[in-house]
Amino acid sequence: MKNIIGREVPEYIEGIGKTDMFIGAWEKLKKGWMDEPTIPPPNKAKTPHLSKICETLEEAIKKTSPKDGMTVSFHHHLRNGDNILVRSIEILANMGIKNITLASSSLNEVHNPILKYLKDGTITKIWSSGIRGDIGKAVSEGVLDIPVIIHSHGGRVRAIHTGKINLDLAIVAASAADEEGNATGSHGKSAFGSLGYASIDMRYAKQVIVITDTMVEYPCIPISITQNFVDYVVKVDSIGDASKIATGSTRITKSPMDLRIAKIAADVIEHSGLFVPGFSFQVGAGGASLAVAKFIREKMIKSKIKGSFILGGVTSYVVDMLNEGLFNAIFDVQSFDAAVSSSLMENSNHIEIPAALYANPYNCGCMTNKLDIVVLGALEIDLDFNVNVITGSDGTIRGASGGHSDTASGANLTIVVCPSFRGRLPIVKKYIHTVVTPGETVDVLVTERGICVNPIKPELEENLKKAGLNVRKIQDLQEEVEAIVGKVKEVEYTDKIVGIVEYRDGTIIDVIRQVKK
Amino acid sequence: MKIIKKAQSGSFESSDIIVLIEPVVEKSGRNIEIDSSVMLEFGDAIAKLILDKLDEYNITDIHLIVKDKGALEPTINARLETAIMRACDLQKGTL
Amino acid sequence: MLYIPGNNPAMLQQGGIYGADSILLDLEDAVALNQKDAARILVRNVLKSINFYNTEVCVRINHLDTPFGLEDLEEIAPLQPDAIRYPKTETVEELAKLIQIIEAIEDKHNLPHDKMTIHAMIETALGVQNVFEIAKFSKRVDAITIGGQDLTADMNIKSTKEGSGIDLARKMIVMAAKANKIDAIDTVFVDINDEDGLRIDTEYAKQIGFSGKAVINPRQIDIIHDVYMPTEEEIRKAYRIVLEFKKNKKEGIGAFAIDGKMIDAPIMTRATQVLELANIDFNSI
Repeated sequence: MKNIIGREVPEYIEGIGKTDMFIGAWEKLKKGWMDEPTIPPPNKAKTPHLSKICETLEEAIKKTSPKDGMTVSFHHHLRNGDNILVRSIEILANMGIKNITLASSSLNEVHNPILKYLKDGTITKIWSSGIRGDIGKAVSEGVLDIPVIIHSHGGRVRAIHTGKINLDLAIVAASAADEEGNATGSHGKSAFGSLGYASIDMRYAKQVIVITDTMVEYPCIPISITQNFVDYVVKVDSIGDASKIATGSTRITKSPMDLRIAKIAADVIEHSGLFVPGFSFQVGAGGASLAVAKFIREKMIKSKIKGSFILGGVTSYVVDMLNEGLFNAIFDVQSFDAAVSSSLMENSNHIEIPAALYANPYNCGCMTNKLDIVVLGALEIDLDFNVNVITGSDGTIRGASGGHSDTASGANLTIVVCPSFRGRLPIVKKYIHTVVTPGETVDVLVTERGICVNPIKPELEENLKKAGLNVRKIQDLQEEVEAIVGKVKEVEYTDKIVGIVEYRDGTIIDVIRQVKK
Repeated sequence: MKIIKKAQSGSFESSDIIVLIEPVVEKSGRNIEIDSSVMLEFGDAIAKLILDKLDEYNITDIHLIVKDKGALEPTINARLETAIMRACDLQKGTL
Repeated sequence: MLYIPGNNPAMLQQGGIYGADSILLDLEDAVALNQKDAARILVRNVLKSINFYNTEVCVRINHLDTPFGLEDLEEIAPLQPDAIRYPKTETVEELAKLIQIIEAIEDKHNLPHDKMTIHAMIETALGVQNVFEIAKFSKRVDAITIGGQDLTADMNIKSTKEGSGIDLARKMIVMAAKANKIDAIDTVFVDINDEDGLRIDTEYAKQIGFSGKAVINPRQIDIIHDVYMPTEEEIRKAYRIVLEFKKNKKEGIGAFAIDGKMIDAPIMTRATQVLELANIDFNSI
């Protein structure tokens, strides 16, 4: 059947069960609580002065008595440098464990080697906020019988609370740890910054292994992962490719197109009515999105406006803005470049936050709810402002939901920045492959060829027009783009569902079908 | 029109297309190979554009290879035209 | 004015989005000698089908003394871009020959002679010496521009950031343009990473009277607009002057004062120019 935003979603999905349909971005939250019961976290015990140290990762994994059908979790703070996930899955596969549910907070190209374990039945189910690289392509082609479930960062916390993701084992890579398992990502040779996504895993997994390449004397400070949740500690030579983990500071793009879009987005912010003292702000690390921060910084200095806090994925560029006194605080759930790590350690106003505080819809107010302005990207956007950030133009999985729908739902002003077409592929389209973020949570689209305001925000449109900005109807823009690039031959799908897109409240907003060969 | 020599136009840059043309023996027909970064989405459209252009120049025998990196229609047309003029030795005002 | 290499489709297709007042599709120096045909054909196809919105479109052709210039005109002139930019203009005789060829092509295609204008580019010492004649030769010439790099080479002097060697040339070109009430457009600032340098150079160009400046990278556009855009204070003052002028005119008063300062014709002219730059319609006041 068609759900409320017109997406064709079956009422029953093989391997998943009856579909809980998406009913609107805030509908379920209006009640004030969640109907689904939460499961209790495990109660564990240890006698005094027992050693948690294991010589190898293999020894630690064996001690947790892994079994068929288990769920194992990882975090993706090591970016494309991570080798812990692949090594751990190899160990489990060599032990002959089958039917594993993999619950990594995200999957990247670096995880390509585990594809063979999807093919041989070692891994049969995946929960993740995003899948890039070979795995995404293989999943889209139907390598798994059970559809993968794509959640948002906030939605992952909810799914763990409710036991939909029931973690048997969490393997937490840290850049520094002590013998009891207190651990951090903010120093050590592989420093990567915040450990925000791993926080919920440590509380809920039946067993927790901390793995590090830098053992420090007890106690490891600052404490992001705390010893009371940790079963075993392993020291290894390397948790991954340091050059890809400990990346230098992210530079502002030099692409004229991205800069042009960013400049227009900054003008939109300036004239939105929300560019006032005390505003809170979030930008991504990608080209145009991060470049918006550069122009906003200039505008803040010029108009002597000081903001409240910066949220989310954090780059060194926004750390500089904190240090310049343009904002009071940074709440950091994930550091996009390792240059951020030292700030996390030294600046008491740069605060690491867990994913639950960042974006879980079911608590007394996550921080995305307090957000004024967020700037997001898009792979595709349709005429109702619904956004796809998970599937590419060929219909295969290659992106990440991440915090996209969480922040869009929370912010007073959600701006999507993207070129109107990339290469020859249209981004603004009549019909998009997958909806991750519903249009009702997106306020304005900024492209190089004009600004489109969601009709649900007439005052915003009025403000931008008054400021002389190039505001146009999204339908016009879509038609113009189609005239430039030509008509795209539509992708054909089979009936097989290979992926499910869960909205942050746990309802199903869309499904991803197998691409016809 | 008759293809009399090997010719090439365009580049491997994004939004551009390389066109390679080779002469073939008479009455051997059109041998067209298309490779594109947007094959799935625009493969058919590119093929149609090429055939239209060959019709326009009345070329029946040709070996033509294109490698496309997402070029828009005017670019594809321009590169085809350039390669054809060069292959027929009709190009003007260039070295 | 943004330079776009004529054989680069990625840049050509995005020419209209950067907010440049005009773009220059270049068939001359930016195109390799063995790609002149390719660039010419590409620019023709692009001119036919790409929307550059409100941006003025100019095409820089090769000089008629090269094997490429005539062919450039044959292909491009029928499409009537807003302007043809002619490189290394040195004498009015050259200009006469150019216009004659353009008009012959226009006649062949039943096109008017007054739509497409000519930007004469001064890039040699001889061109500088003749610039006054060149600027007044034909009403089709509506802008004079300076090519700093080539002029420096022609004069056999070192290219410096301040460009002191071509300072006289810049001023002569401005003077020739002003004397004939046409535009003078300044040369490019080549170091795209030196934003402060670009700002200083543009401020100087504005001060000596250039009406615009060429750029080689879209990133340079905003700084130039920023320099040329009147400040809020200037706009407010200009607005007041025009408002008072209109009010006084209605009452038949010719001369009047604002804040104790006499407002005369030159001040009025300047005020209208400021409003024009700020995109404020004189008639709406």
